Amino acid sequence: MFGATALNRRSYRSQAVAKAAFFLMTVALVIPVLIIVGTLVVKGGPAISWEFLFTPPTNNMTAGGILPALVGTIWLVVVALLASVPVGVAAALYLSEYAPDNILTRAINLAIINLAGVPSIVHALFGFGAFVLFFDMGASILAASLTLAVMTLPVVIVATRESLQAVPLAFREACWNMGATRWQTIRKVVLPNSISGILTGVILEVSRTAGETAPIMFTGAAAYVAFLPQGVFDQTMALSYHLYFIATQQTGVPEELTFGVALVLISIVLLMNAVSIGFRVYLRGLKKW
Amino acid sequence: MDRRDLAWHVDRVARILVFVGGISAIIFIVGIFVFVTKEGLDFVFGSLDLGEFFTSIAWRPTSNNPTYGALALMVGTASVTGFAMLFSVPLSLGAALYIGEFATGKTREVLKVLVEMLAAIPSVVWGFVGMSIMNPLIIRVFDVPLGLGVLNAGLILGLMAAPIMTTIAEDALKAVPDTYREAAEALGATRWEVILKVVIPASKNGLLAAVLLGVGRGFGETMAVLMASGHAINLPTSPFDSVRALTATIAAELGETVNGSDHWGALFTLGIFLFLVTFIINLTADLVVRGIRKK
Repeated sequence: MFGATALNRRSYRSQAVAKAAFFLMTVALVIPVLIIVGTLVVKGGPAISWEFLFTPPTNNMTAGGILPALVGTIWLVVVALLASVPVGVAAALYLSEYAPDNILTRAINLAIINLAGVPSIVHALFGFGAFVLFFDMGASILAASLTLAVMTLPVVIVATRESLQAVPLAFREACWNMGATRWQTIRKVVLPNSISGILTGVILEVSRTAGETAPIMFTGAAAYVAFLPQGVFDQTMALSYHLYFIATQQTGVPEELTFGVALVLISIVLLMNAVSIGFRVYLRGLKKW
Repeated sequence: MDRRDLAWHVDRVARILVFVGGISAIIFIVGIFVFVTKEGLDFVFGSLDLGEFFTSIAWRPTSNNPTYGALALMVGTASVTGFAMLFSVPLSLGAALYIGEFATGKTREVLKVLVEMLAAIPSVVWGFVGMSIMNPLIIRVFDVPLGLGVLNAGLILGLMAAPIMTTIAEDALKAVPDTYREAAEALGATRWEVILKVVIPASKNGLLAAVLLGVGRGFGETMAVLMASGHAINLPTSPFDSVRALTATIAAELGETVNGSDHWGALFTLGIFLFLVTFIINLTADLVVRGIRKK
């Protein structure tokens, strides 16, 4: 009596076909990641050694290691974070805790979307025009980091806003009812309950910042600097720009070396991403409300 | 009794600081427009010939008699982005449907993480992959002399734009209320019928916004296109032809120009053009999404 009719069978068959087709489409998108990472590991792996990581390049960058680029990338990321995290967290606090539903808030949201959508090379032009020339910082770590900070600001804002909004309203109400000001509530209740979510966003930003090339090309990254950076007004090498340079501008670079640089860069980026994802999963398990 | 104690004053200061942070995004987006326009303005009102800019393919900024025709660059960007979208849109929407509607538990988590990994790969690494892995592959498979061109850059760009389309599309699917699905299932629809007849029509604005953001992403990509497209000024007639993109032109030439020269101004003018186009794309996507919320 409840047996499947011909019509039922046909719709179940088309469902199975659709499901299989969509699965294959998903696989077609994610397989390249595994192939790319696999190839980089196989071809670049042999180049990696302590010496590779901790000595400067030699022979016009056709041999030796990547120390100045590695140190430069760390400088760029740290200075960019120092600039963008306070501003980004403040922006997220405003949007989540203060902003009324008005035209200004809509404009802010639109600006955030656009900040994330403007091409990286336009950010580079902005950084050059504003920081390098107008504010007279010259091509320096400071100018490059500020350019990166503006560009990755949406990452911090979006992640922070999400974790702030995950704190239940009742927590805030309980605090207000005790006579606390809005800021006291934020500092003692909202931020402590969302700090780990904010951290997740910051780690994600590290991964984005470390990999960017176009915004730093004209604002502070140099093809070769003999010294490690001493301060924020120095130019610096950076892993991403180094990879671009030895892959396209420099002849006679052994393939293994280029693959090695690409492998180091992608390892840093994916490691940061993995930490961020792992952190998020762990937090989801901890959540008590 | 004046209740304005220290906490009250701290609260006032915090409110102002947070507000400044809040409008920072607006300040920066206006700042980007102002500074890029400022550097390009002299050129726009001086040497720029709009007719030439949009209709000529002669981009010869360094010749004795320089011409600034950007048509080939626009066609280059459009062909690479178009080729990328051709395969990336169906795959991304399919992936969003699978991850959002069919996949469950572990499979779903793993696929989501892989899509995030796809998004995390830096564009310079994509460009390097285009040069060192795809290039020889295309040469071998299609028996052509050079593998850097529309096909190579398009494939890479498609993969780069896929995560944002997948994620936004999945969000759009998630925004369809479960009661819609339950109502359709109660009428005896299979899951696929529910998706096809209920979920997709209900989320089509969100899906459109996802595609728009993907197009914006492809349009603005710089390093990967610079490295994988062959970077030759050319109106492509086959997928194996080399092309040059707007973004890549700025990246390749800015370092070699004199501050304030016509060439320099021309590159900033390309920047203004890129900014305006991506702004319009993002604004449209936002309006499209807002359209559904109103309903």
